[in-house]
Amino acid sequence: MLPQALYGAAGILLFVIGLWSLLVHAAILRKLIAINIMGSGVFHVFIAIAYRGPAQAPDPVPHALVLTGIVAAVSATALALALAARLEQSAEQDPVHHG
Amino acid sequence: MNRDFSLLIGLLAALFGAVLLWAFLGAVLADPGARLADLALELLPRAGMANPATAVLLNYRAFDTLLELVLLFAAILGIWAVGVAHPGFVPAGAALRAMVAWAVPLLVLAAGYMLWVGFDAPGGAFQAGALLGAVGVLLRLAGDPTGGLPGPRAQRWLVGSGVASFVLVGLGLLLAGRGFLNFPAGAAKWLILLIEVAATLAIATTLAAAYIGGRRDPPA
Repeated sequence: MLPQALYGAAGILLFVIGLWSLLVHAAILRKLIAINIMGSGVFHVFIAIAYRGPAQAPDPVPHALVLTGIVAAVSATALALALAARLEQSAEQDPVHHG
Repeated sequence: MNRDFSLLIGLLAALFGAVLLWAFLGAVLADPGARLADLALELLPRAGMANPATAVLLNYRAFDTLLELVLLFAAILGIWAVGVAHPGFVPAGAALRAMVAWAVPLLVLAAGYMLWVGFDAPGGAFQAGALLGAVGVLLRLAGDPTGGLPGPRAQRWLVGSGVASFVLVGLGLLLAGRGFLNFPAGAAKWLILLIEVAATLAIATTLAAAYIGGRRDPPA
C-alpha cells in the first residue's frame, strides 16, 4: 500500500508543480511544458490507482486510458507547438498588432 | 509576474494539492469495492486475446479508442493547416548516421513484434506506433528531410487509415447484424488485428509528421 500511496502522491506533486508553473509563467513554451508535467502527474495517479495489491492483476482499464492518453498528449502538444510557432511568425511580420 | 503574487499562487496550488492527496489516499486506503477490472478479466476469453489492456482498448472500449484516433487525425490536420515545415536540421555526423543505419531496422522489427505481442503481453498498436514514429524522428535527425515518410498524398491516406479501418470494420459489423464495433467472439482477434495494423501506421505517420511540424509542399 505504501508504494502505491507514494507513487500517487508523486503524481499529485507533479500535477501541482505543473499547475503553478502554468499559472505563473507567461511564455507559451513554459506553459506547454507545464501542461505536459501536469499530464504526467495525472498518468502517475492513474497507474497508482490501477494497482490492486500483490495478489491480484492490476486493473487494465486505467492502464488502457494512460496508454492512449500518452499518444494523445504528444500529438496535442505538437499541434500547440505548431500554433505557437505560427503565432511567433505573425508577430514578427506584424509587430504592431501582435507585439 | 509580481513575486508576492506568484507566492500566493504557489500557496493556493499547494492547498489544492493537499485536497487532491486527501481524496486520493481516501480512495486508495478505503475498500475499493467492485471494480471494472473484475468484469474485464472475467470476459477476457470472449475478447479474442489474453492481454487485458488490449482487450479494454480495442474491444470493450473500442469506441473510445476510435475517438482517440480521431483526435490524432484532427491534431495532424491542424498542424498541416497551420503552416509549412521548416527545413530546420543540419546534416548529421558520421557517428549519428551509422547509429541510425543500425537502429532503424531494429526499431521497425521491434514495432512489428510489439504489435503482434500486444494480444498476449504488454504491447499493441499505440506502442508499436510510437516506435515507428520514433523511426521517423531519428531519420529526420540524421538528415533525411522527409523523415522517411512517403509523399504528401500517401501521407494523407496513411494518417486517415486508422480512423477509416475502425469505421469500416464497425459498419461491416453493423451490416452483419451486430452492434457498431460489437465484435463476435470467434473473429474478434482478426478484425482487431486489421484495425491495429492500420492504427499503428496511422499513429506512426501522425507522430513523425507532427515532428516535422508542417506541410512539406508549399500551398498550391
